[in-house]
Formats: sequence, structure tokens, C-alpha cells
Amino acid sequence: MSVRVGVVVFPGSNCDRDTTHALALAGAEPVELWHEAADLRGVAGVILPGGFAYGDYLRAGVIARFSPVMRAVAAFAADGGLVLGICNGFQVLAEAGLVPGALLRNRGLRFLGRDVRIAVEQPATPFTHLAGPRRPLRMPVAHGEGCFFADAATLDELEANGRVLFRYVRDDGATAAEVDDPANPNGSLRAIAGVRNAAGNVAGLMPHPERASEGILGSDDGFGLIRSFVDSAAAADRGSRTLEVAGR
Amino acid sequence: MSIEYRFAVNVLPKPGILDPQGRAVEGSLAHLAIEGVTAVRVGRRVELTVAADDEGAARTVVEQLARELLSNPLIEAFGLELLGATSSTTSATGAGR
Repeated sequence: MSVRVGVVVFPGSNCDRDTTHALALAGAEPVELWHEAADLRGVAGVILPGGFAYGDYLRAGVIARFSPVMRAVAAFAADGGLVLGICNGFQVLAEAGLVPGALLRNRGLRFLGRDVRIAVEQPATPFTHLAGPRRPLRMPVAHGEGCFFADAATLDELEANGRVLFRYVRDDGATAAEVDDPANPNGSLRAIAGVRNAAGNVAGLMPHPERASEGILGSDDGFGLIRSFVDSAAAADRGSRTLEVAGR
Repeated sequence: MSIEYRFAVNVLPKPGILDPQGRAVEGSLAHLAIEGVTAVRVGRRVELTVAADDEGAARTVVEQLARELLSNPLIEAFGLELLGATSSTTSATGAGR
């Protein structure tokens, strides 16, 4: 039986179908979770997809944070459940305080939609363990507010504890500079493209692995991240079933 | 009897936080032949009315709203301005505008 993975649908989400498609390719049973329902329908992992949730009014992600489904997602995450935010989903997680930092307006002010290259900084996490050997990974970004910001102490702590999952890099794999480097599309501090929470079960990234999950899309470098998530959700699902059986 | 208080919440990027909008505005000043303007910061102003028993209670509500929704404390600071108050039984007092 394939593992059930939830994809939250906010008004304004626009990568939910891409994400369910990629999840199905990876062998999962995608379950759409409507923003007004506080019920996660028994899923073993949740992805917050890209888009413009609630129009991104006020600040990207902030209004979505207070939706009923996010209260359920926060409780699920607090309980150790796997949650991944992609692009706008990352912004929602950051606004909700479920991952560290904030996503500021791109340094160049423009909305950017193009391919970037990212390095996998932590290859042994639930989000990256099946990323495969290819480096760097090529996949698109499409955002106006993706400049990762946290204060210096937080950045140091993230780096010291292996909480930086992805960084923007140049073609040769060298870490991109913060300023005036096209390899760092938004000017993110320390070229950070993705982070996770202290417990390690909630992660967010600005690039779109689901849009790079098939050769026909121009790159399948992102599929390893989707597969990692599905595999980890399946393992968590088995674990909880085992516990249920053992608990009887 | 509750009173309606009109507030403005002014939200600005904290000092040191990159503000590319402010920089873009500064960059445009040369085109207007304006000199001597520096340190431009672009923020957001939200005006709202809250009904409460007194100003302190109203302020508490607005502060919570500003902290949790209207600003992101990691990157933004906010300030409150009381614009005016209207009693529901008597006419306007201290209307600010």
C-alpha cells in the first residue's frame, strides 16, 4: 500500500497539482488538504506547495499561517510529523515559526523564474537521503520574496547544527556569493536555499524540486528530494503502525 | 459602553535589514535632480478601528495584532498612532483627522 502524503491547497496555491503529480510518480498516494479543514486525513507527511497563498497579501505566507489547516500542520509537526514547504510553502513555514528565518524581498527586487543550482549540504536527512549522487542539482525558482534572512547568531547556529539543507551554488559547485552573484538569485544570506527546524522533521526550500521531477521538464534533479520525502513518510507510517500494534 | 478607537500601525524594516525598495527609491532620486536625501526605508501603514472599553484595552488588542500579523518581529518593527476615538453614544472626541 502506498503511503498517503498530504498536499495543502490554499486559495492561491498553484504548484499543488505539480506536487501531487510528482508524489504519485514517486509512488505515494497524494491527498489534497483543503485550507479550511483542520483534518490531515491520516497522512504520513505534509507538503506545503508553491503559489501565492491568500494572494500573499501583507507578507508572503502570513495569512496562510492562521488557516485551520496550518493549526493542524503545526500540531502534526510538533508531534514529529514530516513537513516540507516548497517556495511559498517555505514562506508559510517561516511565518509560522516552524522553520527559522524569514524570506525577504529579492535583493534585486524582481520576481525571478529561472533555473538555479543548489548543493545538498546535508545528504543524510529525511528530505535528502535519496537525492542521488549528481551535484549540483538543477531546478527552477519562481519567487519575488526568497532572500533568506536570519540574524548572525541564528545563521551560525544553523550551520553548526547541520540545519542548512541547501545552498545556491555556481555551476562548478562553489557556494554563491550573497551580493552580485547570479548563482544566488535572491541574495540569500550565506546563499542559503533551504533549512530545517531543530528537531529535523520540518524543512523548507525556495527552489522547486517538483518542477524538476521528470526528464521531459528539462531536469529530473529534484525528483530525488521528492523520493526522499515519500520514502521517509513511508518509514514514519510503518513506524507508527508498528507502534500501534506493539501498543495493543 | 464601548468606544471606537482609530489606530494606525506603522511597520518598517528593522535597522540593518536589507530594504531593496528603499534603495530603489533612493536610486531614483538622481532622476528627479533631488540631492541630500538618504536612508530611505519603505514600510507599510495599516489603519484600523477597534471597539474597546478604554484606550488601554484598545491598545492591547492593536499591539497583539501588530505583533502577530501586521509585522514579522524577526525583520520588522512597528509603532502605533492613536488617530481618534468615537463614543457610540456621544459624538466624536479627539478625532485625529
